Amino acid sequence: MELFITRYIQLKNRRVILNGIVEYVSEEQSVSKFLGSVYGHSNIDYSKFFKMDNLSKLGFLSVELLLQGTDILQKYPGEEIGIILSNASSSLESDEKHQNFIRDRNNYFPRPSIFVYTLPNIMAGEIAIRHRIKGENTVFISEQFDPGFLYHYVSELFWNRRVHCCIPGWIDCYGDGYESFLFIAERGDRIKRFQDLPEGIPFDPLNLEKLFKGESI
Amino acid sequence: MEDLILKLKKEIIGILNREDITPEDIDAEAPLFGDGLGLDSIDALEFIVLLEETYGIKIEDPKKGRKIFYSVKTMADYIQEHQKN
Repeated sequence: MELFITRYIQLKNRRVILNGIVEYVSEEQSVSKFLGSVYGHSNIDYSKFFKMDNLSKLGFLSVELLLQGTDILQKYPGEEIGIILSNASSSLESDEKHQNFIRDRNNYFPRPSIFVYTLPNIMAGEIAIRHRIKGENTVFISEQFDPGFLYHYVSELFWNRRVHCCIPGWIDCYGDGYESFLFIAERGDRIKRFQDLPEGIPFDPLNLEKLFKGESI
Repeated sequence: MEDLILKLKKEIIGILNREDITPEDIDAEAPLFGDGLGLDSIDALEFIVLLEETYGIKIEDPKKGRKIFYSVKTMADYIQEHQKN
């Protein structure tokens, strides 16, 4: 079974980069303002976005822009699409905010809206809810983007027919730092036409590493 | 009462993290839950925390929340009534 990367996106350094082409540059320096500017620029109407933590916002926007203009959600039932994410910082930013609200026993007011984001899986859940994606849904924590691990894990899901389409990648956000790299992986025999990448990109660890670093294939 | 309603609207905007809406955008008598502001059960919990932390009012029975948090006006009425006691 041949697997291909049929589209990929990166949000980093104030930029939205789709298939290696810079689509949008924001003037905003802070993470939250950058994410807000991408939201405003993208004509998305989803009021729940504003309540998300920055990690979920980054994941949400990355998937939103990755899928925009594609027929992925029409082509595959939600049960056949997987979301396999990874990052280094887990949900640490929300974890720390939550800790600040509960550390003083005499002023103990945990905030429900912060507490609910104290798991990185919530980000995957927000994406799944938005797009009615019901397939495998996992977030792995690793110090660095691990193309070999991601390749093997996602390939296994395809070989076991757990998914027929997958959205894997890296969504990391902590403090001033943020970086996302997501792609769509599909089986070669299910691709009728490569909309943006005419020849497709073979799904393998080397290509993943190059795309993540912004290098050409 | 008007001051309290304005204060509550600002606090709700803060809870929702909505920089794109102003207090004028929120109708004090319109239902808070449902389509409008996109509030959910987590926001209801936030309102319970808000009442306790900011106004010193503890809601012992969460079922009462539906009536109390129906609108900004009903919240203001509840606060005013219970702060007097």
